[in-house]
Amino acid sequence: MSPADPTPTPRDARMTWRRFVDRAMAGVMLLCSVLVMAPLFLVVYFLFREGASALDLNFFLQLPKPTGETGGGMAHAIVGTIELLLMAVVLGVPFGVLGGIYLAEYGSDRTSYWVRFAADVLNGVPSIVWGMVVYALLVVPFKTFSAYAGGVALGLMMVPLVMRTTEEVLVLVPQSYREAGLALGIAKWKIILVIVVRAAMKGIVTGVLIALARVAGETAPLLFTALGNNFWNRNLAQPIAALPLQIFSYATSPYDDWHRQAWAGALVLILMILGLNLLVRFLSRDRNFD
Amino acid sequence: MAPPSRLPDTAFRWLALLAALTIVGLIALVGWELYGGARLAVAKFGVKFLVNSTWDPVTDTYGAWPFIFGTLVSSLIALVIAVPLGVGTALYLTEMAPGRLRQPIIMVIEMLAAVPSVIFGLWGIFVLLPWLRDHLFPWLQKLFGFLPIFQGAIYGVSMLAGGIIVAIMILPIVTSVSREILRSVPNLQREAAYALGATHWEVIRIAVLSYARRGLFGAMVLGLGRALGETMAVTMVIGNRPEVSASLFAPGYTLASVIANEFTEATTDLYLSSLFELGLVLVAVTLLVNIIAQLMLRSLAGSGSGKVT
Repeated sequence: MSPADPTPTPRDARMTWRRFVDRAMAGVMLLCSVLVMAPLFLVVYFLFREGASALDLNFFLQLPKPTGETGGGMAHAIVGTIELLLMAVVLGVPFGVLGGIYLAEYGSDRTSYWVRFAADVLNGVPSIVWGMVVYALLVVPFKTFSAYAGGVALGLMMVPLVMRTTEEVLVLVPQSYREAGLALGIAKWKIILVIVVRAAMKGIVTGVLIALARVAGETAPLLFTALGNNFWNRNLAQPIAALPLQIFSYATSPYDDWHRQAWAGALVLILMILGLNLLVRFLSRDRNFD
Repeated sequence: MAPPSRLPDTAFRWLALLAALTIVGLIALVGWELYGGARLAVAKFGVKFLVNSTWDPVTDTYGAWPFIFGTLVSSLIALVIAVPLGVGTALYLTEMAPGRLRQPIIMVIEMLAAVPSVIFGLWGIFVLLPWLRDHLFPWLQKLFGFLPIFQGAIYGVSMLAGGIIVAIMILPIVTSVSREILRSVPNLQREAAYALGATHWEVIRIAVLSYARRGLFGAMVLGLGRALGETMAVTMVIGNRPEVSASLFAPGYTLASVIANEFTEATTDLYLSSLFELGLVLVAVTLLVNIIAQLMLRSLAGSGSGKVT
């Protein structure tokens, strides 16, 4: 039937309907995508609108003022977050990277299948649970909340993340690199450390940064480990402040000025995390080996 | 090849194995510490703990039902919202989106995944809750007020608000896992349907969705696992009242948020122990759900290294 056919047949009507459904569903899918992206834009928009005005130099340099006084900052929480993340790296990276090496280089057996499985399952454990576990492990025996406990909680969360990403990049290193090393008579552990890991270094660092960005915003594991405080802490065996903790306690407080500071803190935190993510993007632009 | 000592090699291998096994050790540690903390409550309340709906620190009586109920309901709401949106977006990305739009959309979704829970909570308190209270909830009540789930007073903080915020938080993982699944549908499937004269949508419905059904279910289960354990954002908007109410406008409480709120305030040993038992319930459920999700997604990926996190 030609397009000029004057009388529509049932076949035409059916086709028109099918075309209509096709277009409609395409619209629905596009709408879904827009709705999925909307929260990010809304959150970022409000973070800048509410947070930027509360952000000044004092925010980065001062401690919180006593309740009722306006002003002050979150200097201690920014430094606290950095300290906690450093401790997490010290704990999480060696275990994660070594475990990843095992999975990629040694494990072709059932052990590595189960370790991989366990790592993926462990990634799904709610972060608040890590807080409880570390509370029982470190806070109860030492009878005090401490920066160490907070660092350990974040570090434990990093282990499975780093392990999986390390494994994934090591597997990408071409087999010929290893064979070249073997042909030279180099011991396997040296081949791994000097050739394979070095070749994959950028990818491993990227994985660590991803894990770091993921735990940097965690509040729940710190609630009963690092606890938070309102002053400078020079003793890691004492409670320490962290940006997410400070945001939480200020956001749920009844004071307007604290709400403003919570927005400012959130803006700083999200800029830190998005900064880490951009760094990851930049680093992983050319991760292929060919 | 005797001369070079094999000792360093063996030592390094064992060291790496030990590091890999810390993962298994960590799972054991989680179970052991939580059980250790919960022992007192387990001995005192037994199985009744799970079904008792009184949570009263004053009389030292503890039951987990309001929190189990709240966790299940808020997670279900989250799934009802997030799964259609996530799968729709994944379909758009794999089947429809023009090449130059694809990468930016994926990047936005990845950035959404990077936003910390506490920031969603902050935004939830000051932006989402007022809007829900003044606009969406009254509108829902006007249209669907005859349903028991949309009756009762509107405070803003509510089970529904908690579900919505959790939905936003699990959208990225549901979307990205669904996308992986859809990308693994062989093109032959699509071509066969096109050859039969199917429209674009019919190809998706007949060839892609029916092929990917099991995998998408796996993505949903994985999303459920995340939803069950969400803590901070939910705590900030759900209202934190241990009540079982039919209305979604009523405040609720979840396992994770009661732990977050009351753990450092637990005054008696039994109180603390009960909170540990809540943690044990939470871990047991999320581990179970995650194991199911991983098994489903792995059986699809075929070999061991499913790239799903």
